[in-house]
This record gives sequence, structure tokens and C-alpha cells, in this order.
Amino acid sequence: MKWILRAAVLASIVFFVLGPLANLAIWSVAEQWFWPHRLPSQWGFRFWEVVFRPTGRAMEALWLSIWIALLTTAVCLAVSIPAGYALARGRLPWRPVVMLVFLLPQAFPNLPVYINIARIFFEFDLNGTVAGVVMVHAVHGLVFSVWIATAAFAAVDPELEQAARNMGASGPRTFFEVTLPLALPGIVASAIFVFLESLDEFTGSYFVGAPEIRTLPLLLYSAGAGGNIQIAAISALILLVPSILFMLLVERFLKGEVLAKMGR
Amino acid sequence: MGPTRGISIVLIAPALAMALALFVYPLGYSLIGAFQDRGGAWTLANFVRAWELYRLDTLYTVVIVGVSTLLIAVFSIAIGGYLTLGSSPLARKLLDWIYRWPLFVPFIVAALCMRTFLGRNGMMNNSFVFLGLMDQESAQSFLDWRGIVVTFVWKQTPFVTLMVAGAMLGLDRSTIDAARNLGASRLRVLLEIVVPQIRRTLAVGLILSFVTMMSVLSVPIMLSGQSPSMLTVNMAWRINSIGDYGTANALGFVSYLLTGLAAWFYLREAVRDKAAQGAPR
Repeated sequence: MKWILRAAVLASIVFFVLGPLANLAIWSVAEQWFWPHRLPSQWGFRFWEVVFRPTGRAMEALWLSIWIALLTTAVCLAVSIPAGYALARGRLPWRPVVMLVFLLPQAFPNLPVYINIARIFFEFDLNGTVAGVVMVHAVHGLVFSVWIATAAFAAVDPELEQAARNMGASGPRTFFEVTLPLALPGIVASAIFVFLESLDEFTGSYFVGAPEIRTLPLLLYSAGAGGNIQIAAISALILLVPSILFMLLVERFLKGEVLAKMGR
Repeated sequence: MGPTRGISIVLIAPALAMALALFVYPLGYSLIGAFQDRGGAWTLANFVRAWELYRLDTLYTVVIVGVSTLLIAVFSIAIGGYLTLGSSPLARKLLDWIYRWPLFVPFIVAALCMRTFLGRNGMMNNSFVFLGLMDQESAQSFLDWRGIVVTFVWKQTPFVTLMVAGAMLGLDRSTIDAARNLGASRLRVLLEIVVPQIRRTLAVGLILSFVTMMSVLSVPIMLSGQSPSMLTVNMAWRINSIGDYGTANALGFVSYLLTGLAAWFYLREAVRDKAAQGAPR
């Protein structure tokens, strides 16, 4: 009896967790699906061809999204590697305040801030440009990249650096040949995280980028709003690929114990 | 060891400048903008207009985000609790594998999934009818505040569960085993021994979720466009349709206040905890 109850509870969890995703997958191959059919009456890949047509807007949006995400990751790493090193090893006045500044984008609802960024960008002609969208994505990514980089550098054993220095290595050489390689796994994880956040970002792109900059999430939104559910579903599945790859990849080092330490 | 003070400041300057210019400055701009009219004079008119037009929407937002937060707390404790105390290793393994799936699904994708899943003739109702749990006539659409709650809970529960389950697994097992040996039921062990010890991790996860839900635009805009709507939709509408920054900023101010209130509750509890422990950790 207990066994049946357990199976029923697990089955309903599976249904509610995976059902919406399965539903999305079915919609992407549904050429015709009208009520009262419980499943599509005509299956096929016609809409996939529409999306993957080289001249199609979806492919254009995908490449643009990837390009923006790459630029965002580069910007975030460029500023957060030195910042993380300084926060972990340097002597900084007001260190807690500085850490707090990098936490702010996570502590306030972002949307009202994005509205005002768009208003400020208007004066600099940055709305509707790749640079503008990258900046908005980067400031959001900064929270993760700075905090993770700081943690990664802090985890490197200072005695190893000391040993390198004792053997005559210069400060920069110690950094590039000892500290950075040891902190690299954490930094790579933060880079992947920033990349994904940028790829999936909707609100900031909506206010700063639209309508000129059409990223995949914006295309998904307008396709969904326009009733092109199949196109939207396929765009959504494309967006999911990197996310799921990442989940499988990081499952090893994205342990709850690590996350639980955040915010302490 | 490590860079000197001067070099440290140089190293951190670009990141700090970026955060100040692209977050702190616009944040201040939005706070001030809430109290200014179009000409830049000080006024409270934005709040009067926000109150007249959007007090129902504010309540609607509070109810949606509040109910979602509560449900996320219940589900994450239940899942984390089963992962820690559950009796069947197979069920634990399956649950551990299944609960994380929505974690990395973008909100916009979650919104699209739910729009077709929760509709009147969506997959959920169809499955219930097929299984004989419900008849076709009583099928109704969940594409309103309930749909938004379902989507938020679906998307955010894995995040909080990951934190909560991690903290639970890190607990000292001896008190748990002692309580079990004394004959306490699993539920009682969970609620009286495990949950009190991971309260702060749970609170941090819930507050981060609360803030996230307060700023998501894609879910309410895709699931329920009609009135009343969430504050994020109202802000977007004030900007995109009538260029009214004053009222939008006043609504933004309200959403800061709501998240501030949530954070204040947490901090008050945390301070109390510290006072109870006698010494700051």
C-alpha cells in the first residue's frame, strides 16, 4: 500500500516536472493540432525547416544571441578576474561595501533599473545596439562572475604562491603560472554561467535592444504572442540545448553544499 | 603576499566602475524619478496616480509572489526532506534526478511551456480527462494568476531545493538518528530537528526567489495579459505605450519596498538568531 502511494506521488512529480517540457517538444513537431485531438493530427518537421532556413529570422536571432553572449562573457571575465583577485588577495579599503555593490543587482528587482538604463542609453544612442545589450547583460553577469572568481582565487592555497615567489618567480609570473591555472575551473564555471544568463536574458534586451536587436528570447516572445506556437516552441528548444548540456556538465561540481554557502 | 593596496584598487576599478555606472546610477535615477514630474520638479503625483490605477495590481502581485514563495518553501522542504530522510533509496535517487530539470530553463521558455500546458485544452487537462480524473465539461483554463503561480513554483522550486537539500545533507546525522531511535516519526524529525537548522539557507533561497519573481516580465506578459496584471507588466506598459517614466518609477519604488520588506523580515530573524546564540558568528 505504501509502495503504491509512493509510486503515485513520484509519478505525479514526474508529470508536473517533465510534462510542460514534453508538451513543448510535441508542439515543435505538430503540424496540425486542434481540439479535440489530444495529440497532433499531423506530425512533421515542416516548422523546423522554416526555422533552420539559412535566411530565416530564427537563425539570424540565434547567431546574434550567441555573439552577444560571447561578448558579454568576455567583458565580464576581463573585469572580474582582476576584481576577484583583488578581493581575494589584495588589501582593499571598504571591502565589504565593495562586495555589497556587486551583490546589488541580485538584491533589487531588475526591471525598474533596466527601464532607467534604457532612458540613460537614449542620450548616448545605445538603445537598439549590440553594445547596449552587452552592457546590460554584463552588469547582470557581474554578480556571478565577480563572486565566483573571488571564491575561486580565495580557494587557491597561498603557500603555493609563496613557494613560487621563494623560487624567484615574479609577482605577475606567479599569478599567470600558479594562481590563475589553479583558479581556472571556478572561473570557467562562472563564464559558462554568464554565457547562459546572457543567452536566456529577456527583460533587459526587451527594454534596451528591441526592436532593432532581435535575440532568440525576443523572437520567441513575439512568435508566441503572434500565435506561431510551433516557431516559438522550436526557438525554446534551441535555447534549452545549452542549458541542459550545462546542467549535465556541472552536476558534478554544482553541488548543493556549494550553493548553500552563498549568502552566509 | 598579494597585491598592494594601490594595485588592488586599480585591479577592482573597472568592475566597480561598471557596477556603479550601469546599476547603482540607474537605480538612483529610478528612485529619484519616482518623485519627479516630467519637468523635473519634486512631486508625489506619480504615487497618487500609481495608487489610483494600480493598487489592485499591487495586491495581485503581492498575492502571486507571496503564494508562490510559500509553495516553493513547502515543496523544497518536502523534496529536501525526502532526500535526507526518505526510506526508499530508489525513490530518493529518482527524485534527486527529476527535481532539478527546470533549474536551467529560462523563464521565457517556462512561460511558453505553461501557456500550452495549462490552457483549457492543454496537456494537463487532456491528461486528466484521459485518465478519467475529470470530465471534459469541467476543464478550465489556468492561464491567469494561478498559471503564473504554477510557473514560478515550477521554475524556482529546484533552485531553493538545491540549496535546502545541500544544507540538510551537511547536517550532523547524530541528532537525526537519535531522534529516530527514540521513535520520532520522519515528519516530526523533519519539522522539529532538520528544518530549524537549515532555516537561514531556506530564507536566503526564498528571498532570492522573491526578488527574481518580482522582476520577471516574460511570465506574466505571456500567461495573462489582461487586467489585473503584475507590476512588471504595468511598468512595461507605462514605458512602451505612453512613455510615462514617472508612474513606472513609482511602481518600481513600490517593488523595491516589497522586496525590502521581505529582506527586512529575514534580517530581523537573523539578528534574533545571533542574539540568541550570544555571540556573532
